[in-house]
Amino acid sequence: MMARKFGWLTIVALMALALTAGMAAAQTTLNGAGATFPYPVYAQWAAAYAKQTGVKLNYQAIGSGGGIAQIKAKTVDFGASDAPLTKKELDEIGLIQWPMIMGGVVPVLNVPGMAPGQIKLTPSLLADMFLGKVTKWNDPQVAKANPGVRLPNLAITIVHRSDGSGTTWIFTNYLDKVSPAWHAKVGTDKAVAWPAGVGGKGNQGVAAYVQRIKGSLGYVEYAYCLQNKMTFAKLQNSAGNFVDPTSETFQAAAANADWKNAPGFYLVLTDQPGAKSWPITGASFILFYKDQANMAKAKAVLSFWAWCYAHGQKMAEDLDYVPMPQAVVDLVEASWSSQLHAGGQAVWK
Amino acid sequence: MEVTTAGRSRGAAIAEVVAFPGRMMRRRSHTRAQALAETTFHGTALTCAVLVLVSMTAIFVELVRNSRLSLAKFGWGFLTSAAWNPVTSDFGAASSIFGTLVSTAIALLIAVPLSLAIALFLVEMAHPRIARPVGSAIELLAAIPSIIYGMWGLFVLAPYMADHVQPLLQKFFGKLPLFAGPPMGIGMLSAGLVLALMVLPFITAVVRDIFALVPSVMKEAGYGMGATTWEVTRKVTLRHGMRGVLGGVFLGLGRAIGETMAVTFVIGNDHRIAASLFASGNTISSTLANEFTEASQPLYLSALVELGLILFVITFLIQIAAQLWLKHISHRLGTDK
Repeated sequence: MMARKFGWLTIVALMALALTAGMAAAQTTLNGAGATFPYPVYAQWAAAYAKQTGVKLNYQAIGSGGGIAQIKAKTVDFGASDAPLTKKELDEIGLIQWPMIMGGVVPVLNVPGMAPGQIKLTPSLLADMFLGKVTKWNDPQVAKANPGVRLPNLAITIVHRSDGSGTTWIFTNYLDKVSPAWHAKVGTDKAVAWPAGVGGKGNQGVAAYVQRIKGSLGYVEYAYCLQNKMTFAKLQNSAGNFVDPTSETFQAAAANADWKNAPGFYLVLTDQPGAKSWPITGASFILFYKDQANMAKAKAVLSFWAWCYAHGQKMAEDLDYVPMPQAVVDLVEASWSSQLHAGGQAVWK
Repeated sequence: MEVTTAGRSRGAAIAEVVAFPGRMMRRRSHTRAQALAETTFHGTALTCAVLVLVSMTAIFVELVRNSRLSLAKFGWGFLTSAAWNPVTSDFGAASSIFGTLVSTAIALLIAVPLSLAIALFLVEMAHPRIARPVGSAIELLAAIPSIIYGMWGLFVLAPYMADHVQPLLQKFFGKLPLFAGPPMGIGMLSAGLVLALMVLPFITAVVRDIFALVPSVMKEAGYGMGATTWEVTRKVTLRHGMRGVLGGVFLGLGRAIGETMAVTFVIGNDHRIAASLFASGNTISSTLANEFTEASQPLYLSALVELGLILFVITFLIQIAAQLWLKHISHRLGTDK
């Protein structure tokens, strides 16, 4: 059995190696690897960009952890991660990062008879449910947050991700911020020791489990919630308002974010201030070496991302992502000018 | 006279070739070209055989090497600890080992009796017109990719279990901790069922062929002594084919213990040891499938590789146990050759 698995891994690794080696020969192909969450929009951008310029993007959606590992090993031109690296981590490897696209993580549930947005959850209630402290949908605490709603006597089954994931990182980061008990017991990571529930593989796996299990409560990327027409819960934000997950509330969270004072763009968009902000919003990041070996290649990579910032908003919105505001784009491009070098020369002017 | 002698000796030579083809072959292989071919063939075959051992050893060494971080940090405690916390980098294999063994045991408990019954039916009772299509259908089950079993398990079996089977089990045996907890349809029991279905064709195919090989003279002798079909089956067919049956069972066990995708779909992927068969759990291979890609810390990765090492050792131990048991059984049944 192990022989089979390792054989398979080796074949995949060899294929990836052959692929990257072959691609490196072609000058006009950009290689990247990492987060799966922004993959649909990156693919869309790449297709449109290739049509216009002939420059191709080869993006391997292998997960944020994989993206970080690949950029460290220098097998790709850029890495991509849903969880930002801290300034210290970036400096150790010699990387810079910038936010490329934003999206929201949404609690979804399966309680018979409930319409999307009918159930309201407070931050502490959400945390207590995921901690396994609140175990029934008709718990007095749930009833208190939902006056007038007839709640069934149904066990809550938590559904979480079984694989390591940037989505989990954003979600647990939020719970960690709003619940001292969560902070003490579980913490933030791409995979954690879940106190309760079952694990589904990928956003699709969680969506499938939530639709299967009566009384379940899980979390997925917004796009999956829309595609599967799932029942989401309203969440109470830091201003005390209950909000629906929509592009509007994601943008509200992003607009209030203080990117200017975030060293190395280390900023997590969970629990942002603002009357309309969706509390579990996150950005996906691109990782890039400060010191580039090949000026032409470095320029080609940056040109692609600059084009995406300038022309990619509509495509992103169509796919239910939130584009970065212009003010943030200006900051990012300023950081490219000041920090990126190839052979002692600035790459971006 | 001479003609007859010559004729007789030629006749004797032909008779010798017919009776002892090997002897003539051996004599002919004395030519140099054939000796070379023989040596080359022998060498190639030996190399291939040794290659299997070498790659087995290499895999083992590589697994140990890549899990040394985890081996050094957790030691033997890794086997008994049920912790699995990537945040605090505290890992243990107990829940994965437990899940692997329990799901495999459920699968075999269901699949082995069923396979035996199917094989006996096909060989002893069914008319060839029925036996052939049924046999092919069972072999076809083996050709279905495991991911299809997984999806079927999640989208068809799990809802059915949740709505019908598990409530029924709880109605009758609800007091037992084995069937406690909310009927989700996803968990150890469903995983065992899917695995049972997956190993069934392997065991059935092997056992059927073994039963078909039992000399009909022996069976006829049984019937001639007035034995019923059941008696002949139990005392002649099963007894004669015991070795092969066990071989089939271990083939199924080997498949069940390392199955990955189908289990990952339905087991619930939770690092927990629960008494209830309705609760979610995980297996070694499902944990690897889930967590390998995002395990970026060295210790995390090392712990995952150590899980692989444990699976390797478990499979190895089971093989040894199987061989020993086989020896013991065939000795006792008197079919030792």
